Amino acid sequence: MAMKEKIIEKILLLTAFSSIFILGLITFFIFKEGLPLILKIGIKAFLLGEKWIPSKGLFGVFPMIVSSFWVTFGALLLGIPLGLACAIFLSELIPPSVGLLLRPAIQLLAAIPSVIYGFWGLIVLVPLIQNHFGGPGLSILAGSLVLGFMILPTIITISEDSLKALPPTYKAGALALGATHWQTIWRVLIPAARSGVVASVILGMGRAIGETMAMIMILGNAVKMPTSFLDSARTLTTNIGIEMGYASGDHRQALFATGVVLFFIIMALNTLAISLSRRRVH
Amino acid sequence: MTESNPPLKMEVRGLHFYYGSNHALKNINIVIRDRQITALIGPSGCGKSTFLRTLNRLNELIPQTRIEGTIRLDGEDIYQPGTDVVALRQRVGMVFQRPNPFPKSIFENVAFGPRVLGVHTKSKIEEKVEQSLKAAALWPEVSDRLHLNALGLTLGQQQRLCIARVLAVQPEVILMDEPCSALDPLATLKIEELMQELKKKYTIVIVTHNMRQAARTSGWTGFFHLGELLEYATTEDIFTRPQNPQTENYVTGRYG
Ligand SMILES: Nc1ncnc2c1ncn2[C@@H]1O[C@H](COP(=O)(O)OP(=O)(O)O)[C@@H](O)[C@H]1O
Ligand SMILES: [Mg+2]
Repeated sequence: MAMKEKIIEKILLLTAFSSIFILGLITFFIFKEGLPLILKIGIKAFLLGEKWIPSKGLFGVFPMIVSSFWVTFGALLLGIPLGLACAIFLSELIPPSVGLLLRPAIQLLAAIPSVIYGFWGLIVLVPLIQNHFGGPGLSILAGSLVLGFMILPTIITISEDSLKALPPTYKAGALALGATHWQTIWRVLIPAARSGVVASVILGMGRAIGETMAMIMILGNAVKMPTSFLDSARTLTTNIGIEMGYASGDHRQALFATGVVLFFIIMALNTLAISLSRRRVH
Repeated sequence: MTESNPPLKMEVRGLHFYYGSNHALKNINIVIRDRQITALIGPSGCGKSTFLRTLNRLNELIPQTRIEGTIRLDGEDIYQPGTDVVALRQRVGMVFQRPNPFPKSIFENVAFGPRVLGVHTKSKIEEKVEQSLKAAALWPEVSDRLHLNALGLTLGQQQRLCIARVLAVQPEVILMDEPCSALDPLATLKIEELMQELKKKYTIVIVTHNMRQAARTSGWTGFFHLGELLEYATTEDIFTRPQNPQTENYVTGRYG
């Protein structure tokens, strides 16, 4: 018996270590492929350069960094209020039985492949934007809207969990003081669940920055500095997704270098999310 | 029981309460006298907390519950349709068994009530906070750290903060559900002293497990047993001349 348990323990340990090892390997590979180019053309020229013309050896990713943040910002503008409203609705306003039906539906939203979201954006949103606001339609606006919906499950689920995890005495205490239900939600419950809500937003942000397929389909992929929500744009991820198929030499390395930038952005966001969710008051 | 002075604040008639099929309160009739301390005693699970929560309609948060009978506050039935429950809870405040300050600063905890009532002037809120903390005998201990998190206070201080929070709403009745059960003897003593002070302005209903606390603090005592109010009289009568043998067993500690 003890022997058997020891073997199982060893196997689990091995699996854990091998997954960490493989992740480390991937990271190492990205850096090994990407760093030399960054060092070759200079960090500044790479990060702040505005021209991306591989055939001329110009590899500036600044417009893509800006576009990534812009699209993400737009997604949050839609996703935060909508997601938070849904979380409040689920945890406070509807009977539990309805919640039991709605919750799996929301989780299903997270399981829809991003190419489907992209397809929907392309077929529905892009023409709508083109007809109503002009421009190419394939735009930051379209991308932000689609991403806003894509990050909803993350924001809703984590926010709702943190609202649900609050001690019921907060709610009873506020109501007993003569607060309305809404005042209780807004002035006590949400502030008390703040760290969880913030964490949900940051994780949603990570998902938004990392999204590739749907963005390739609806952003228009223009390599230029965006100046309005109606402009076409190219993000860090779509840059890699579009060109990796045929790139070679410096060009290929520059795409890995784009990955390095992405790596640091996502790391920063996750670290922020973890530290915020740990800083809970109890 | 005599129904002469002091005047009645609340009047409960034929009250029944059900959690689903659990008949938790059975035909409760009791009067709560104005600016007096009424103590409710009885073994665990006999319905004291349930009864207390019918007085500010907090039981409504629990699904599948049912209530029968009338409860009057200054002659008005608080369960009649159209009653403003929010306004009722402002008049009938509550202190819980475990201190439950919000995870906010000491100041914001006390300011919560006035803010909810629509007071927004900074100076008025500050005045209210100071007043309430003083009335709850907490001011000297926290006046220099009003903006620190309330959860950093000791449990005894947290409970007085919760009392201050209730006072800031200017209620008429204060319900206390075993407010000292989580506190040490010294903190308990502080709350009891405070209750004597508060009694001058507020009607207090306190649930307690502590016989001596009931005897020390209250003017009237009700003994609950298995969802019924078995006996209700002046505290002196309950503790020296109980009419019901069960009451006698309980107050003399022979309850088994
Ligand atoms: N939230 C609730 N849901 C269902 N039953 C409850 C609830 N709270 C109390 N009860 C039941 O009501 C009865 C009285 O409980 P309670 O009022 O808490 O008693 P006490 O405060 O005197 O200890 C008990 O049988 C208890 O199980
Ligand atoms: Mg109780």
